[in-house]
Amino acid sequence: MNIVVAMKQIPDLQQVRIKNRKPILDDVPLTFGNIDRNALEAAVLIKEQVGGSVTVVAAGKEGLEDTVKEALAAGADQAYLIICNEQEDIESSISAKLLAEAIKQLGSVDLVLFGEGSGDNYSSQVGSRVAELLDLPQVGYVERIELTAGELVVTRSLEDGKEVVQVALPAVLTVVTDLNQPRIPSVTQILKAGRKPKKVMSDQELLGAVPTPKVKTLSNLAPEIKRKQIQVGTAVELVEKLQAEGFLGRA
Amino acid sequence: MSNILVYTEKTELALELIEAARILCRAGLGDEIKWLSINNRAQAEESAQRGIDSWVVKAEGITIADTAALASIIAQASRVLECDTIVLSSDRRGKELAGRLAAKLDAGCLTDVKALESAGQDIGLVRNALGGATVAVQTITSPQKVIAFAPGAFPCTEEVPEKSGAVNELEITGVKASVKVIENRPKDAGTVDIAKARILVIVGQGIEDKEDLPLVQELAGKLGAEIGCSKPVATDKKWLPEERVVGLSGKTCQPELAVILGVSGQVQFTVGIRDAKLVVSVNKDENAYMNQMADYVLVSDLKEVLPELLQALG
Repeated sequence: MNIVVAMKQIPDLQQVRIKNRKPILDDVPLTFGNIDRNALEAAVLIKEQVGGSVTVVAAGKEGLEDTVKEALAAGADQAYLIICNEQEDIESSISAKLLAEAIKQLGSVDLVLFGEGSGDNYSSQVGSRVAELLDLPQVGYVERIELTAGELVVTRSLEDGKEVVQVALPAVLTVVTDLNQPRIPSVTQILKAGRKPKKVMSDQELLGAVPTPKVKTLSNLAPEIKRKQIQVGTAVELVEKLQAEGFLGRA
Repeated sequence: MSNILVYTEKTELALELIEAARILCRAGLGDEIKWLSINNRAQAEESAQRGIDSWVVKAEGITIADTAALASIIAQASRVLECDTIVLSSDRRGKELAGRLAAKLDAGCLTDVKALESAGQDIGLVRNALGGATVAVQTITSPQKVIAFAPGAFPCTEEVPEKSGAVNELEITGVKASVKVIENRPKDAGTVDIAKARILVIVGQGIEDKEDLPLVQELAGKLGAEIGCSKPVATDKKWLPEERVVGLSGKTCQPELAVILGVSGQVQFTVGIRDAKLVVSVNKDENAYMNQMADYVLVSDLKEVLPELLQALG
């Protein structure tokens, strides 16, 4: 089974600092989103079960070749990387076109996996957009995958319950973090990762003319939050404060 | 001229979307609101009571699980009904649908929109960005727009007795089912929605011992609170179910009081609780970022402080 895992290069959110309400992204290392790692693990598990290949497809900025090493170490066989030169975040409609075109060029693909949302923007559009551009059926928020002949039976996790759905291959799935526990690659796997095949293209090489973004960002600032930040010394004091604030009734 | 099409399979959320769509109309994004209902005549009647015209599509063999088919139906309906802007709900089904529909219509799309604000000539769509560290104000620049609003972001629209909307039928053809639903397992009716809780006690990784959970439950009982948790407590430790996770990949909550026990306060968490009226942070690390986001801070070991709190509450 030929499986594609789409992964998004994002800043390491734990290292983003805020200064004057503005996010400081300089020198913040780039990585992949956590849920993307669950999608990769799912692909590697299926490959281990039935054979085939796992290809990581990612669009990002310079340094993507480094970022992808962690995915190659964690079990992907090869990578297809699309480098975009703009400093701005790649808008969802463009990123979907890039990924869909790259997947088309890979030829026969049976399954395309995404995390249900990226770690940074979390708009959860790109998986669905790619499914439409490839004209494939899709199921989102998958927490369990069972493979049968030419078909998948997947369980999706929704706000109000679970839904078990059958879908024919090829298909696009987006997965939730409950699906699995991503493996931590061994040193040997990390060393081997550098030698795995990578195809690198620029966005222009892939699409010819890169489409214009359909979304404009007017501002992007940390919210102003005013909290009292009063330190209390003991549990008793805390309870008194809560009583004074009108909680805990008049007991 | 153009109109705004509203669709979600959940009637309660559709009523919120009407309020959002009214603001978009006033901002010049549409003349009229049109409500689309798929295989659900009862929903259309609800719309009529709010003075909104609705169109009911009968799509045989198509279920709400079928994102590809739903996107085809809505795209066709938007053309027939002359709607350039489509408004959806940003629950899981709605978000999944938003991307597919946007690609079909070559539309710009934003999901999880939590507010609208005027931005000069444009209407700004407000949503969290950078994992919740920032709040972005964005506009969609393409003629076709798909906007998914966060559940609860707008109030439900009221019934208007003086004006009744028309209920129309709309025929859509050529849509094939792409998935088959084998089983539905709804959550128990008793399942709590922490997003609606008035008081929350939130368990973080600072609670190191699972044996302390009953004490947290006792505390929640005394406060009349529901219990929430940070993501690792549900996904790594599996102490509490995923539906109790507060934060970017869980619920966004606006309780009157949040008592936060042993959460360090990464933005992916705090984004889910920063709209709380009053925040208490109990943490043994005095430098925990959560403490800066709190009104009252108690620096103490939770193992010791939990029994003390219970005793102080009597």
